[in-house]
Amino acid sequence: MSEWWTYSLSDFLLFSPRTYDRLLELYNLALWPLQVVTTCAGVAVIAMLSRGAVPNRIATVLLGVCWAWVAWAFHLERYAQINWAASWFATGFAVEAGLLLAVGLFAGGLPLRDERSLSRFALLLALILVVAYPLLAPLTGRRWAAAEVFGTAPDPTALATLVLVMQVRGARRWILAAVPFAWCAIGAATLVAMESPQAYVVAALTLLALVLPLTARRATPRAR
Amino acid sequence: MSFTRRRLLGGAMGAAAVTAMRASHAQGRSAQPASKTIPSTGESIPVVGLGTWITFNVGNDTLARDACSEVVRAFVDGGGRVIDSSPMYGSSQEVIGYALRKTGLAQSVFAADKVWISLGARGREQIEQSRKLWQVPRLDLVQVHNLLAWQEHLATLLAMKSQKAIRYVGITTSEGRRHRDIEHIMATHPIDFVQVTYNPLDRDVEQRILPLARERGIAVIVNRPFREGTLLRALERRPLPDWAVDVDAASWAQLVLKFIVTHPAVTCVIPATTRVDHVRENLRAATGRMPDGSMRMRIAEAIGRA
Repeated sequence: MSEWWTYSLSDFLLFSPRTYDRLLELYNLALWPLQVVTTCAGVAVIAMLSRGAVPNRIATVLLGVCWAWVAWAFHLERYAQINWAASWFATGFAVEAGLLLAVGLFAGGLPLRDERSLSRFALLLALILVVAYPLLAPLTGRRWAAAEVFGTAPDPTALATLVLVMQVRGARRWILAAVPFAWCAIGAATLVAMESPQAYVVAALTLLALVLPLTARRATPRAR
Repeated sequence: MSFTRRRLLGGAMGAAAVTAMRASHAQGRSAQPASKTIPSTGESIPVVGLGTWITFNVGNDTLARDACSEVVRAFVDGGGRVIDSSPMYGSSQEVIGYALRKTGLAQSVFAADKVWISLGARGREQIEQSRKLWQVPRLDLVQVHNLLAWQEHLATLLAMKSQKAIRYVGITTSEGRRHRDIEHIMATHPIDFVQVTYNPLDRDVEQRILPLARERGIAVIVNRPFREGTLLRALERRPLPDWAVDVDAASWAQLVLKFIVTHPAVTCVIPATTRVDHVRENLRAATGRMPDGSMRMRIAEAIGRA
């Protein structure tokens, strides 16, 4: 791309905010009541991660299934209608799904930094993302039908996953965080281009997910 | 067509076009939008067209597709012809095809599309795919989108034109990018159209590209007349000047469009919209009294202060 410095974010936005909302509305309508199932799955993932080896592995596999679903059902089947880059996004989501499934099935799941539990902040934030993220639609003046739900829509799925994998110890934390972080950046940029206030929420939550492990590390000595 | 003939024809037709626009008003025939001629052939096209960037990219949403169909219907009913799209615009080409099939107006439009693919060898395949999406027997104009792989694509397009697979060849840019390359191609290749950004705030093309288009007999399509809506949003906070009635402009949008289409080198402007009332308003900008040189300056000054 020549003269790349002359382009702004809005130059890459191929659709109107109204069209994106309608896409979410029609997608939700077609899936209902799957959103209830994926929300329950999200809560189960959070609950099982710190309940021992086998539940942790099941949770990791469940998370991988959610990513695979979003790759196919959202990106390829829906988003690709209005954004030719969606096939690349689907590939990224499929890669993350493959990593999570491989880790869950063959590599012992997601070893938490504290094996007994997620940090309180991480637990709270992940639960908020899974249960309360859909409220952003009405809170930002959009219709309930356009709500984004964990396990079916990319933003809450990526944000919740980022919070969880940042609680993992060792190198796999960064390997598993790369795609969710990349999507959060793309999602926030898309929302900025659409002039949606939700962009700041996504950016803030992404930042929070990244810094949470640092605050927990500092808090531990004082707690003792 | 030789350079000299193109230049002579272009100059004569440009003058004739301005005369035609004035004559239309003088005779009270204000219902149909004014037209200008394509210098390379003398074919006449209405000066207000229809862009589809963002607005027609609605995916498989049937309600939105039907709304786009009504926009196309109102556009053609109001005397419009030129519809412009690109493979880069998501589902826009497919939605145009849907609208043309639903309204039965495929024969009434001037189909302007683009080739946009890095591999020059795949240009012809992409153009054929675009034609199928439009559901028309032939694309009228195919332009090299943003000069991507322009050497290869231009060769393909000129070959397709000679084979009568398309009627016109063009190149595009937007927002002032790569103007030196645009000038070079205009000066050295037998293109029929050039598409650039032009409005009362973005006037770089007045310096070299628009004069060169007149000299070379190249038709000019103007994109982003409203800066993707930001210009009109800035203007809507201000009252329309009293003198707007002197050129039969009832809105800022019409003042902007009248400013653009009365430049002697400009052939057609392609505002994009999702609304039937806006498409009618845009077409009405090409009717009634049009601004002369001093009024154009006045429009530019008024909008420049916004």
